[in-house]
Amino acid sequence: MTLLDAPRVGSAPDANVRPARSDAPAGVRLGRVSGLGLGTAVLWLSLLVLIPLAAVVAKGLGGGWSAFWADITTPQAAAALRLTVLSSLFVAAINAVMGTLLAWVLVRDSFPGRRLVELVIDIPFALPTIVAGLVLLSVYGSDSPVGINLLGTQRAVVFALLFVTLPFVVRSVQPVLIALDTEAEQAAACLGAGPRTIFRRIVLPLLLPAIASGAALAFARAMGEYGSVLLISGGLDRTRVSSMYAFQLIQNYNYAGAAATATVLLVVSLAVIVGLDVLQRRVGRRG
Amino acid sequence: MGERRGRLLQRSIALGYVGVLVIVPLFVITWRALADGWSGFVSALSSEQAVTAFRLTAEIAVAAVAINTVFGVGVALLITRYRFRGRRFLGSLADLPISVSPIVVGFALVLVYGPTNGWFGKSLAHANIQVIFALPGMILATAFVTMPLVLREVVPVLEEEGLDQEQAARVLGANAVQRFRRITLPVIRPALTYGIVLSLARAIGEFGAVKVVSGNVSGVGQTQTVPLLIEERVEQIEPGSYQLAFVLILVTVLAIVLVSLKRSKESVS
Repeated sequence: MTLLDAPRVGSAPDANVRPARSDAPAGVRLGRVSGLGLGTAVLWLSLLVLIPLAAVVAKGLGGGWSAFWADITTPQAAAALRLTVLSSLFVAAINAVMGTLLAWVLVRDSFPGRRLVELVIDIPFALPTIVAGLVLLSVYGSDSPVGINLLGTQRAVVFALLFVTLPFVVRSVQPVLIALDTEAEQAAACLGAGPRTIFRRIVLPLLLPAIASGAALAFARAMGEYGSVLLISGGLDRTRVSSMYAFQLIQNYNYAGAAATATVLLVVSLAVIVGLDVLQRRVGRRG
Repeated sequence: MGERRGRLLQRSIALGYVGVLVIVPLFVITWRALADGWSGFVSALSSEQAVTAFRLTAEIAVAAVAINTVFGVGVALLITRYRFRGRRFLGSLADLPISVSPIVVGFALVLVYGPTNGWFGKSLAHANIQVIFALPGMILATAFVTMPLVLREVVPVLEEEGLDQEQAARVLGANAVQRFRRITLPVIRPALTYGIVLSLARAIGEFGAVKVVSGNVSGVGQTQTVPLLIEERVEQIEPGSYQLAFVLILVTVLAIVLVSLKRSKESVS
């Protein structure tokens, strides 16, 4: 589960990379009590997660493939999906760069207030999404004290998504960077490589899996984001992301249409999770 | 020569990014929340609607987190101590809720437990149990979204601890309850505390999923939680949204500081 971990609050400074859990553990067989426990857990998971999510897919595909396709390609649905996918990809890319830089600065640099920055990075992820939305609205909304009004622009959507996804790459890169042996870097420096070359040729390749998994989690989170985008989007057509579009359809009792968009969002989350799992196994095997 | 400058440049870019994105906005909202002074706070938090919203939010959060604590500890024990088919799958599945859109979560629950068209809705309605647009649905939605938090705090600790003590106790004749209370619980207590604190913070703030299942009723039979009330006040341009938001920010920051401080103290010792 290591790569699947969303940011664990405050875990950064002492985090160490856990080895991937093997599938053949030391452990005992299920007894009567633990068997009953497993049954209860699976039943609860089914009632709460599996059956409801299956209901979304069943509803979405219930009218057949062509109806599903028609529902997600209406001009509004398609526009919402396009905005959601493009802004999420953009946000994942920015996060890959800025998150890595932040992790680098937090691990390799020392300056007063470093621990405070550590704390601050966790805030956007833990903040209630509607509060995150209001926080951004109060600074970058119509009565902005800094004179930047983003209300109702697509830039505002991107900004809100950047806010809520801030910790993902930082928290996945940081532990790898801490655990990194600096011997290779020192050797390269002795051989005359500049800091840029050392970073590009030695550090970056080792960080890539962590950067990729952090960016993928940020992408998944951005795809489904609702609360933080809602207020600053201004309720306009051009800033309507897929979650907002789905909510609107639910309110109008267009459950089939809502389920179609919801199915797309669900498939994307599943794809990210499965992809990360594959990545984790591969990295685990190599290391 | 250039190295020092490069380092300063990196640092200022990184800190500037965090500043523009997080620190400045937090300062501004604090300033706005405090702009009306103490009386602004009192009037924002003391209306009947707000008081009910706070009570409802607390009830939902406590119920959802209680469920997740039992579930999280149980599943953590199962996947670290036992061998069975689908063990790995169970762990990944319990992680799924983190990346599913809150709107999809709420909608999924409506499709299954909704009173008119839900898969189980008819039978539930027969039994006079209302889930959607009522408290149980909101607890379910919140439990869904916060499900992995306790689990993922406890699993690494149990993995690291291993089975030796547990097996020794078993050989010495301790029963399951004794083994849990005397051996497992002391080991997982810090992680469990973090999980519970973070789940509570997250549960108090859940917005999208709760919005879909709640129907957002205010007044008698209110299903309006604090985050929903914040949205209403912003959209109706009523006063008091900043103060409510400020309270939630305080709770969140408090939870983060608490967990971070305890965690770093732990790693020092």
